[in-house]
Amino acid sequence: MPLLELRGVAARYGPLQALRGIDLSVGESEIVAVLGANGAGKTTTLRAISATVKTSGEVVFAGERLPGRPEAVARAGIAHVPEGRGTFAQLSVDENLRLGAHVRRDRAGVKADYDRALERFPILAERRRQAAGTLSGGEQQQLALARALMQRPRLLLLDEPSLGLAPRVVADFFRVVAELNEQEGLSVLVVEQNARLALASSSRAYVLEVGRVAVAGASAELQRHESVRRSYLGY
Amino acid sequence: MVGAADWAGVAQQVVAGLSSGGTYATLAVALVLIYRATGVVNFAQGELAMFSTFVAWTLTQHGFSYWPAFALTVAASFGGGIALERVVIRPVERASVLTVAIVTIGVFFVVNGAAFWIWSPQVKSMPNAFSTRPIRIAGVAFSISDLGIIGVSLLAVLLLWFFFRFTKLGLAMRAAALNPESSRLTGIRVSWMIALGWGLATALGAVAGLMAAPPLGSFDQNFMQPILLYAFAGAVLGGIDSALGAVVGSLALGVFLNLLGTYVSWVGTDLRQAAALAVILGVLLVRPAGLFGQALVRRV
Ligand SMILES: Nc1ncnc2c1ncn2[C@@H]1O[C@H](COP(=O)(O)OP(=O)(O)OP(=O)(O)O)[C@@H](O)[C@H]1O
Ligand SMILES: [Mg+2]
Repeated sequence: MPLLELRGVAARYGPLQALRGIDLSVGESEIVAVLGANGAGKTTTLRAISATVKTSGEVVFAGERLPGRPEAVARAGIAHVPEGRGTFAQLSVDENLRLGAHVRRDRAGVKADYDRALERFPILAERRRQAAGTLSGGEQQQLALARALMQRPRLLLLDEPSLGLAPRVVADFFRVVAELNEQEGLSVLVVEQNARLALASSSRAYVLEVGRVAVAGASAELQRHESVRRSYLGY
Repeated sequence: MVGAADWAGVAQQVVAGLSSGGTYATLAVALVLIYRATGVVNFAQGELAMFSTFVAWTLTQHGFSYWPAFALTVAASFGGGIALERVVIRPVERASVLTVAIVTIGVFFVVNGAAFWIWSPQVKSMPNAFSTRPIRIAGVAFSISDLGIIGVSLLAVLLLWFFFRFTKLGLAMRAAALNPESSRLTGIRVSWMIALGWGLATALGAVAGLMAAPPLGSFDQNFMQPILLYAFAGAVLGGIDSALGAVVGSLALGVFLNLLGTYVSWVGTDLRQAAALAVILGVLLVRPAGLFGQALVRRV
């Protein structure tokens, strides 16, 4: 049984049908990519999971239907790093990290994870007292990831983490995600514009087109498929 | 004007001004709290404080002395503030700022009316919180009551600051006010954080009312209205989104109004409210963000 499963998930913004019945799954300890053109419904798919948009259809996580409120979804073990990163610009790096652990009660575990986060992202240790808004884009993306990890999630949702970052920073970011996946078995559902990078970093991928899954399959397959690459991924 | 030998008098008036200013500051911080959590100025803040004060007065009529009545009332006001938010603010949580502001104006009239209905319109008087004796410091006689009020106001504000700065819940409340969307994604129950903000603000208002009432000698159901105006002025002066600003602004206003009333004979006590209004207007025209605020008005 997959960790996360979407069955016939539809969503609308007023009259606009953004998702028209999506079937998608993420296995235990799997990295899955969601690709597609602008406006295809990638962000909405993540929002459907974290219940920040009203949906119909079923979203099942760890064998249970997810509750319809974002705060409850977070408590169920899903961390969502939204478009624009969702850090608290006016709060310090330290406060952002502590907020990540808001849902947790295990003080000792939180303390340990906090120290590990600063170890993994040394720049955050240096900037601990600084307001998050004063960090560079790359540093903010690290903070967003570190904050999500403080939640100790089973599933991580990432929305275009590469947006606006230099290639080397993006490569570093994806290296850390791969590490987390291998070492800690973290499952990841990542939305990306950068198809080449996303396919290289995931085991399976879905390509969305106007609110539907157009193509789905093993990332290696999709990479090899000339026609798929041409018509859907644009490279 | 002020003679050279009069410095003792000035010192007394400054302390008396700080004492009134402390009351304004407590209420002003309550205004800031709700402004940050809900995005509106709570016009009912003063009436809620009045209602709390009348509850405490009732307790003192039933054998409670001042401080036990104070403690019970502050605790009950905290609960009452949460309940009020759940019942009247929650339904309009996603409505426009104007809608919410109008709801608070509605609460103003309902609470005022309810207080007249429950308690007779006759004036009440509250037992003193502090000794009425003066205390001599460096040869000047200060009122113990004034010093006590300053102490309690500052203590209340400091406790609140400590709560927001150093507790997990306080941090979550700040996050919820700054960015509700991201807060929800991190598992913070934003709606409850807002309710908690109303609870804290109402409790703080109770402190203000209970400090303000005894020195008045007698008071009726409208006694908090000028104090709300002064708290507005103090908060606007400091910057409506800054708690520190609200405290500094309110203390400064208290001292200013007291000196004005004492030494400018034609102002007296009657024109104080006009002076407070002038401060509000002046600040909004010259420096809308106040002394410490980010920005009160954004031009669209
Ligand atoms: N808050 C909103 N209100 C109305 N329409 C919206 C809203 N958010 C998204 N949409 C619309 O829903 C559709 C899907 O949007 P979505 O953000 O999911 O696309 P996306 O695949 O993430 O695109 P991008 O690559 O540009 O981020 C688009 O047509 C978009 O215009
Ligand atoms: Mg998007």
